[in-house]
Amino acid sequence: MENSEIVTVKDLIKRYPIGKGEFTALNGIDLTFGTGEFAGIVGPSGSGKTTLLNIIGSLDIPTEGSVVVLGKSIRELNHKQAALLRRKHMGFIFQTFNLLPVYTVYENVEFPLLLLKLSAAEKKKAVMDSLEWLGLTDKMKSRPAQLSGGECQRVAIARAMVKKPELVLADEPTANLDSENSHHILQTMENLNKDLQTTFIFATHDDKVIKYLKRKILIEDGKVSADDVITN
Amino acid sequence: MIRFLFKGLLRDRNRSLLPILVVTAGVSLTVLLHCYITGVLGDMIEFSAKYTSGHVKIMTHAYAENKNQVPNDLALLEINDLISNLQIDYPTMEFVQRINFGGLLDTPDENGETKKQGIVAGIAVDLISENSEEIDRLNIRSSLRKGRLPEKPNEVLISDEFANKLEVKPGGTVTLITSTMYGGMSIQNFTVAGTIEFGVQMMDRSGMIADITGVQNAMDMNDACGEILGFLDSPNYDDIEAMNVENTFNDKYSDPNDEFSPVMTRLKNDSIMAGYFDYVDSFVGIIVAVFILAMSIVLWNTGLIGGLRRYGEVGVRLAIGEEKGHIYRSMIYEAILIGIVGSFFGTLIGLGFSYWIQEVGIDIGDMMKSSKMMIPSVFRANITTPAYYLGFIPGLFSVVLGTMLSGIGIYKRKTASLFKELET
Repeated sequence: MENSEIVTVKDLIKRYPIGKGEFTALNGIDLTFGTGEFAGIVGPSGSGKTTLLNIIGSLDIPTEGSVVVLGKSIRELNHKQAALLRRKHMGFIFQTFNLLPVYTVYENVEFPLLLLKLSAAEKKKAVMDSLEWLGLTDKMKSRPAQLSGGECQRVAIARAMVKKPELVLADEPTANLDSENSHHILQTMENLNKDLQTTFIFATHDDKVIKYLKRKILIEDGKVSADDVITN
Repeated sequence: MIRFLFKGLLRDRNRSLLPILVVTAGVSLTVLLHCYITGVLGDMIEFSAKYTSGHVKIMTHAYAENKNQVPNDLALLEINDLISNLQIDYPTMEFVQRINFGGLLDTPDENGETKKQGIVAGIAVDLISENSEEIDRLNIRSSLRKGRLPEKPNEVLISDEFANKLEVKPGGTVTLITSTMYGGMSIQNFTVAGTIEFGVQMMDRSGMIADITGVQNAMDMNDACGEILGFLDSPNYDDIEAMNVENTFNDKYSDPNDEFSPVMTRLKNDSIMAGYFDYVDSFVGIIVAVFILAMSIVLWNTGLIGGLRRYGEVGVRLAIGEEKGHIYRSMIYEAILIGIVGSFFGTLIGLGFSYWIQEVGIDIGDMMKSSKMMIPSVFRANITTPAYYLGFIPGLFSVVLGTMLSGIGIYKRKTASLFKELET
């Protein structure tokens, strides 16, 4: 399924200043992700998985080494270029959904499209398609407060998928969901991965997510300690 | 995007209605305070103008030098000719004769003996001429408590409180014991036409208003009066116009070497009022500035809190690829909109209340019973031009400033902490 490289991480080191010293969150990471991967960065809390996700998502920059996402070196991007990369090519899924409570489901999903120069008809089609993928058509006029946790996360996925990004970064997407909803969400993402060839990279330590992964990258103390492709 | 954000603004009452209400309240208070202070202090100026100073005042040089003693023996003479000339020279102004006098007011019993007696502070004005505006100027008609307005020169009005003290009712007789212009003793009976309430404690204790003709007769002041007050055409005192009138009059009529020649002084140069004008300017300026500053801090906080509580929304917007500058600008536009709407309604409400206080007034007479100050006991607001835009200073600038500051906080945060912030 995978072909061209979408993310290339080389000799990545990330250090954070702590008091007078420094804390090394990532220490010499080498990874590549191809188009259509369904991969997870797993590991215990504090292992550096969210930091890696942040850097891949152009939300942070490497201290040393390089991270190239869709041909763009994260280190060399300014704020505007990083925003443009996220706007056009990336979707984010958060642990706590982070839907905007005053907007309807439809409007929440439409939100990322407002920054893209699309016609009203194109926007509407994209939103409706996304809602349909996630089975949310009947909820499109509801507000987030009227939805269950599982439904909220589905809206968040629809929001991340609406612009059909090449890369979706999901940080602990099932942490606030029960088992049934988690499986439902993961099946949905798995289907989207298959149908749209979108690359999914998860940061998780949840076994429910790990079971669905096609590739599991174990990070411990800022280093990759295992990188396994899982074949069913 | 703008339409989308505006929709959110309208739907999120914490983002729109609440800040607008806070801005509206702050701005309305600012406007109200400004109008009230301007009104109260202006009232005292107008009160002084109407009763004692006029916008300009003409006296003899000698009278002017001793005016605190009200020296009617140094009064202006041949005033009818002088007023005729003044009306030609200053056709838009009105000039009125005034005599301030003091003495004893005596109420006789049925045998003609003194029943009650009190010290009187009198003011003689033109009450019965057909074209006189003095009754309206001094607000006598609405101040009348008992009886009627004088119709004859020997009819007077005395304060209601004084009438009670003297045990005299409308229709009763009072005897004024005073001195003539030439220093002789004057004893003159007057009929009390009615009683009035001046709204000024000092006047209400022992005040009397008499027709000028009757007082001129009693004090041998035919074709003479202590002062001629001039009133400008505009309702509020205009110092520049008054100064022009003062200069031209003095150039034409005043002779510093003749102590009985007339001299004109304008309200602002009146010995009592001179400092008061400066005081009013400084006082209004300081109070309003302090209040605006205080309101600015409150409204600044509104902007700040409004910005900070949207940290989560800003995070999502950053994540979907919106530029920080775009987010920052949109927050400022929102603050401008809230500031304008809140300031508009605040100004409207502030002006509404101010108008009400301007028309109805606040009576503080009960609190001033022991006061010896000659100040009005009904305070009124005064809506001046600054009231229409003053509220926009705290209303608009402070909210925008608060949002800008909170925006800088958001702007400067590390994008990397997005995930963590969003998950707490």
